[in-house]
Amino acid sequence: MTTTMNPVSVSPAVPAEVSVHLRVKRYNPEADTRPHWQDFTVQALPSDTVLNVLHKVKWTQDGTLSFRRSCAHGVCGSDAMVINGENKLGCINLISTVGTDLTIEPIRGLPVIKDLIVDMEPFFAQYRSVLPYLITDDDPGYKERLQSQEERERFDDTTKCILCACCTTSCPVYWANGSYVGPAAIVNAHRFIFDSRDQAASERLDILNQKSGVWRCRTSFNCTEACPRGISVTKAVEEVKRAILYDRV
Amino acid sequence: MNVHYHSYDAVIVGAGGAGLRAAIETAGKCRTAVLTKLYPTRSHTGAAQGGMCAALANVEEDSWEWHAFDTVKGSDYLGDQPAIDVMCKEAIDAVIDLEHFGLAFSRTPEGRIDQRRFGGHTRNHGEAPVRRSCYAADRTGHMILQTLYQQCVARDVNFFNEFQVFDVLYSGEGSDRRMAGVVAYELATGDLHVFASKGVLFATGGFGKMFRISSNAHTLTGDGPGVLFRSGIPMEDLEFYQFHPTGIYGLGILLTEGARGEGGILRNGLGERFMERVAPTVKDLAPRDMVSRAIHAEIKAGRGAGPDKDYVYLDLTHLPPEQIDAKLPDITGFVRTYLGIEPKKEPIPIQPTAHYAMGGIPTNIDGEVLVDANNTVLPGLYAAGECACVSVHGANRLGTNSLLDIVVFGRRGGKAMLEYIQDVPHPDIPRGAEGPVRERIESMKAGSGGEKVAEIRTELQATMTADASVVRTDESLQRARDVIAGLKERYKEVKIDDKGVVFNYDLTEAMELGHLLDLAQGLVVGAQARTESRGAHWRDDHPTRDDVNWMKHTFAHLGEDGTITLDFKPVVLGKYEPMERKY
Repeated sequence: MTTTMNPVSVSPAVPAEVSVHLRVKRYNPEADTRPHWQDFTVQALPSDTVLNVLHKVKWTQDGTLSFRRSCAHGVCGSDAMVINGENKLGCINLISTVGTDLTIEPIRGLPVIKDLIVDMEPFFAQYRSVLPYLITDDDPGYKERLQSQEERERFDDTTKCILCACCTTSCPVYWANGSYVGPAAIVNAHRFIFDSRDQAASERLDILNQKSGVWRCRTSFNCTEACPRGISVTKAVEEVKRAILYDRV
Repeated sequence: MNVHYHSYDAVIVGAGGAGLRAAIETAGKCRTAVLTKLYPTRSHTGAAQGGMCAALANVEEDSWEWHAFDTVKGSDYLGDQPAIDVMCKEAIDAVIDLEHFGLAFSRTPEGRIDQRRFGGHTRNHGEAPVRRSCYAADRTGHMILQTLYQQCVARDVNFFNEFQVFDVLYSGEGSDRRMAGVVAYELATGDLHVFASKGVLFATGGFGKMFRISSNAHTLTGDGPGVLFRSGIPMEDLEFYQFHPTGIYGLGILLTEGARGEGGILRNGLGERFMERVAPTVKDLAPRDMVSRAIHAEIKAGRGAGPDKDYVYLDLTHLPPEQIDAKLPDITGFVRTYLGIEPKKEPIPIQPTAHYAMGGIPTNIDGEVLVDANNTVLPGLYAAGECACVSVHGANRLGTNSLLDIVVFGRRGGKAMLEYIQDVPHPDIPRGAEGPVRERIESMKAGSGGEKVAEIRTELQATMTADASVVRTDESLQRARDVIAGLKERYKEVKIDDKGVVFNYDLTEAMELGHLLDLAQGLVVGAQARTESRGAHWRDDHPTRDDVNWMKHTFAHLGEDGTITLDFKPVVLGKYEPMERKY
């Protein structure tokens, strides 16, 4: 009773390697007074990711090239960088889509420490400022709280955030004014503001109604385009603005 | 090299699920520091997909005893049954706790936590698959990591981000020996930090980067086990390493078992549903060791797919597209990204991928680390999560039981440590305790040999995947052992490019490689000694389970001369007598 199907010829074909040319913005605080560009050429497969290519440089040409990375498949949020002018994760962008001429820079708006590594502390401080945790007064007792599928769906999109900072560091307002909490912090506030179990929406809306909050947003949509998780970031920001204006969550 | 001194009651090393869960127990109740070489949210708990099993019985009848039976059977009877009982009983509370912490579980139409099927989890001792896995789409680990981190933010936990631990400190000798602290390397500055602490809990995760095809993050290099192994702490059951059946072909990226829980089917190159032959009752939802072996057998028999007939398919094409979008959005995204395939229309090429260490730092059910096979505890030292071996997973972990393990034993370890630190004096650490780490770093930077870290690591990974993975023989293991011995010699001649102090990952990768080499050696020695097939450890030259001689855990000791010796500890049985494992 073995069931069968028509075999489909899927071949993750192994095409020939191509030459990939990288221009990387380097900065070594122990030696350089200012950043400079360095060129590398490596052989890579079209199916290699930008992270693979950076590893090839680091592991075979120049061990001093420095960048953060961990999971290498787009869930840990370590390797946000500017690839050909756009904020992306190095690990989910293939040479076949980004091309063989790459310009790679650190994300903008956060202080550069070394090569592609920036100081993430201001970003996480902004995240922490929006009370990014469930706040309730009630005692649910020894059982789960109920939440309908519709209520759960209401904030599903913003639960996907991996705090990679692609959105915040693509925002022109953030570049100009680092006191703006930025889209990532708003996304994480949204995740709780619209969670039916949470009771601190008004505190968060008060925080985001301040000068550093949502009103800085100029809806450039850079954040939405940059999000590697496909979150509708601008929509989330707009929903928070509306909640402040109309006192509705 | 600047050195800083800190004093804490409790230091937690690692900020994935287990470390964060432990921190929630101790933060605010004693001076707690959490050290991580990453940022907490980068931890690999976040990559876990399918779910966390607990017998909530929200959607059908279930009981924690059934869960325990499945876990014991899944472990191929190597798991310690009292520990498994604790885990499965406390699973229910653990899920409720997470819900109260704010975890956004997927819900039933009635608004309760939804549950789905998962490999090896059955109703009434193997009758049929049961819906036991609580989940949040296919990003349950992400949700657990985020939720626990959020709770740590709420509790103002003191994190030392991008601090990597390279040594442990003990005080006293012999039976008076107790934990005294750790030495950490600050990535941003290259400074050393000596943390004197009454209690230390290691929760550093696995070491899957010793394999070429692996679902593990680049950073999973076994730092906690590696540091402790060198300090004289034994490692338990290293030979039991899980290969997850459905890694993306060529890349090893994980595709959750939840895909099969939702109805996905494995097919060979001829399109046959081969799991029907291997596990007639549960079919594609057999435990991972059996499925990985079945895939290996199909490929070996020439029934693989592709130009080299070296993979099989995970077929989701018969599932309703809206079910795929709702329940498996992330993994189908991975397939589109990395293979350029639409999984709603085409089957996905997969192969087994190195996934999870069942073995590790030996502990009891309170996370206390054992220094020998007689269950002697080293006061003040704790471990939890994948780096630890309680042992609840035995020879083969069931899917979802890793997320369960981290929250149950992270909590228990944190609680036990909090209790312990109440009545012990603060350790006295002499100045200069960082000396050995300083010397290693300096000699690594001064190294003038011709060996490159990446080359040694690549050879290690190739050897481990070829000779010490799904199917092993004495011959293949001897080969791996010889290769590792050669690599360890070459490792002494490593030269790094980066001599700086700021974010010197060239240096930290070199240090991490040392941990991988030691642990790989331990794995291979254990696997060669174990002349039987049990769970994930399959020996083609000893293809049966040997309950007469091998109902025991291995304890590997790393000697100062770099050799490994083994001793053994009997499995703790309970109400389930070992029997043949059929599904």
